Amino acid sequence: MILGALDAQTLVDAVGLGAVYALMAVGIGLVFGVLRLVNFAYGQLIMAGAYTLAFTSDWPLATSILACFVVVIALSLLMELAVFRPLRTASPAVMLVTTFALAFLLQNLALILDIRDGTLGEPAVSLASLNQAVSVGGVDVRKVTILAVVVAAVTLGLLALLLGRTRIGLHMRAASTDFRTARLLGVRADTVIGVAVLLSGVVAATVAVILTVQLPFVEPQFALKETIVVLVGVVVGGIDRLWTATLGGFAIGFASGVINGALPTDKTVFLPSALFALVILVLLLRPAGVFAPGRTAVVDRV
Amino acid sequence: MLLIAVVGLGSSLVSRANEIHFLNALVSVAVVVAIYVFVGNSGVLSFGQISFVALGAFASGVMTVPLESKTGILPELFPVLRDHTIGNAASLLLAAAVGGVFAFLVGLPLMRLSGLAAGIATFAVLEITHNLLREWTKIGPGATTLSLVPESGTLQATVGALLVVVVAYAYQRSSLGRKARATREDPAAAQAVGISVHRQRLWAFTLSGALCGFAGGLLVHMLGSITTEQVYLELTFLTLAMLVVGGVTSLWGAVVGALAVSGLESLLGNAEDGIDVGFTLDLPEGSRLVILGALMALMLILRPSGLTGGRELRLPRRPV
Repeated sequence: MILGALDAQTLVDAVGLGAVYALMAVGIGLVFGVLRLVNFAYGQLIMAGAYTLAFTSDWPLATSILACFVVVIALSLLMELAVFRPLRTASPAVMLVTTFALAFLLQNLALILDIRDGTLGEPAVSLASLNQAVSVGGVDVRKVTILAVVVAAVTLGLLALLLGRTRIGLHMRAASTDFRTARLLGVRADTVIGVAVLLSGVVAATVAVILTVQLPFVEPQFALKETIVVLVGVVVGGIDRLWTATLGGFAIGFASGVINGALPTDKTVFLPSALFALVILVLLLRPAGVFAPGRTAVVDRV
Repeated sequence: MLLIAVVGLGSSLVSRANEIHFLNALVSVAVVVAIYVFVGNSGVLSFGQISFVALGAFASGVMTVPLESKTGILPELFPVLRDHTIGNAASLLLAAAVGGVFAFLVGLPLMRLSGLAAGIATFAVLEITHNLLREWTKIGPGATTLSLVPESGTLQATVGALLVVVVAYAYQRSSLGRKARATREDPAAAQAVGISVHRQRLWAFTLSGALCGFAGGLLVHMLGSITTEQVYLELTFLTLAMLVVGGVTSLWGAVVGALAVSGLESLLGNAEDGIDVGFTLDLPEGSRLVILGALMALMLILRPSGLTGGRELRLPRRPV
């Protein structure tokens, strides 16, 4: 029955969703690599970008998108300066709780800003034309899906070049392998972390642009569900390496796209339970992630 | 303990309108102390304790809805749940049992994890519980509000909160509690002297789950009606904030944090509607959680051991 409903349309949409989730996974994985910090508040960065797009929707399109990037990157760097930096030596669990608090703070800050006009939620319609479909070989493909896939591919390509071919990329890889030794060998901690946070901000802004096309109604909870699902994907894929995290993000996006497209809604209500049960299983049985080679684990167990 | 009795007494004296704030503070104390039993004693972070509160709340709530209205509002329940109703006190015991059993089963595999992995896995537990409670209408009201739960007054909340604190205190003074704290301070050393880290964490997790379930029972009887959203992310955030502000590693910290933050929360909640405190304080909706979020983040950055510094209250002793 599942296979019967699996037409090309569902597959195309699922790839589009997977691409967006893969981008978010990159953003989360970049910061985790250098800081060992799982950023619960990553979705709120995207939310801030989406609100910027919504509030500036009567500006020229290019300026509006520029504003979105500026706001998200600034917020991302502010987070690093005000919160991550003082907590750099704290345990990962403390950092996790702090970003949890941060997520609530930002979400409610957005609520305050949002309801000044008396209504909850703002439409972001400046890019709505991207929802139009073009027909490719008999399959309707929304332009935004193409955009998402292209942007994800380009971003991942650039990132691979940056990490693999440049000096700062080498430093970042060194820092994520062993931060202390990397510092001893002359890697500047602040620079490496700053660049990682900056890049993750750029990715968040990109995701905000793509996501507002697909979900043009911006609320304080914008991107919250997506972030939680991506976190699942990242952990299942393997959070310790950037490419396994990204693959995990793509896989979970693709899988939810296929399942939601193929099954009626009343059959998918328990899907979240299955997903989170999978997370627990992976953490217990294969803590390095399903895509990670070997059984090297970052997770300390008793 | 005296403090809780005072709050309980205070709540019976003040007017009806303010009573809810005192009740809220008492139930907060119960929930936060229940979380402290695990997080504080074992030193392992958990986002999952609210799932036991949720289970306790719905178990206790569903079982105390009067029989005659049950088939009307909860038609899809399993017959055994639909055709029986129990009293308040019994329902609290049931809530504790459900919370404890569930925590034991979940903890059996999960207590092998620590640090970040424990945080994420317990978060997954919260999501699963929320998803099941919300969608499975055979065990509860699903996404609709569970209403017509008999409300109980100050006495139940006061006695309940006291009971939770007493159990937490007794546990922490017992040899089990000391062993759990030994694994918190130094897992390797604890194992070296023959303490099983897994077993001690499992004990703490189970007891915490039972107390959480019990506190959930108190919560539902305070509110009279409840939805699954009320025992989900926001409550997790609030209770963690209380624990962090008070000081994670002491019972006294948990109590102080719960009272301080729930007091502040009530005040800010009122301020969102506009109150008069010498001048008219009128905050926009949502500022409550912004302020609490900022407070919690600041506390974690500047004073990670909390208001109490993680110490227990010591009464000054008269020199002998």
